[in-house]
Amino acid sequence: MTLIPTAYAASEGLSIHLAPEVLTTVGGLPITSTLLTVWLTMVVLLIASFFGTRRLKLVPGGFQNALELLIGSVYDYIKDVLESEKLAKRFFPLIMTIFLFILAMNWMGLLPGVDSIGIYSEVESHGEAASKLVPFFHPPATDLNITIAFALVAFVAIELAGVTLLGVWKYGGKFINFHSPLAFVIGLIELLSEMARLISFSFRLFGNIFAGKTLLMVVMFLATPYVLPVPLIAYELFVGFIQAFIFAILTLYFIKIAIEEPH
Amino acid sequence: MEVEAMKALAMAIAAGVGVLGPGIGIGILAGKALEAIGRNPEAAGKVQATMFIGIAFVEALAIFALVVAFVIKFA
Repeated sequence: MTLIPTAYAASEGLSIHLAPEVLTTVGGLPITSTLLTVWLTMVVLLIASFFGTRRLKLVPGGFQNALELLIGSVYDYIKDVLESEKLAKRFFPLIMTIFLFILAMNWMGLLPGVDSIGIYSEVESHGEAASKLVPFFHPPATDLNITIAFALVAFVAIELAGVTLLGVWKYGGKFINFHSPLAFVIGLIELLSEMARLISFSFRLFGNIFAGKTLLMVVMFLATPYVLPVPLIAYELFVGFIQAFIFAILTLYFIKIAIEEPH
Repeated sequence: MEVEAMKALAMAIAAGVGVLGPGIGIGILAGKALEAIGRNPEAAGKVQATMFIGIAFVEALAIFALVVAFVIKFA
């Protein structure tokens, strides 16, 4: 196991791939570099929240102030949208977690060391053996498995919100009803667009982050790799924030649509 | 023409043509939102939030094009 510097990694050429690299398998489950980065993100979030809330003061300062501003403004916004304190209390933790998790995940993927620290392993490419760098860390949202996991969490939360607040029959009546042939067709279309959310949720996050990572890699192989990536990395920071924001806010609005009384 | 080359070409065309419409859509959306903010700067926050949601819906179409492109390439 050898740690290698970035410049050396660059000498072996551009590698763009969809499937994440498998580091090891534990009991048949592959541990990929993207999964490892997600775990690292969890640890970072845990540590940040632990130290952020360890010594809470009545008059906040510094870090606590920033956290209170973030949490408070998001809570007020959710209360505004859902128009109810009770519902806001119920859905705020989920939406805030989605936002913070995806934000931390996306920004983690831009840190130096991601995609450049790893081990060399023998792989077979085009019939001949070659040694290839397998990085420990890789931007997590470039792995469709992880974005689909997020999409499933959001999807299940939205459906559960509708079922628990409206009841199974009333909520199901939004999709399958026999009032008139037109209402039946519209219900089916609603059902289809409900399912399409799974695809659009997961592929939006995946597509944006994957495109960003590929763009950064291509730019790094251009003539001036020291200057050109800088504005692009700033742009990717923005994209990472916007994607986290979009994911969380769409979950919020879909919950709002799901808990609306059918008419 | 080889099947692989054809697939690569089809993927590029699917993704490239597929983002044309959403590109125009996002342009119109952002333009109208800016117009609204210009008329009523106090409502900037609300307009922005709604704009982002609209953009997310328009973008979903581009994402479907991307998905189709991947399906052509890998399935």
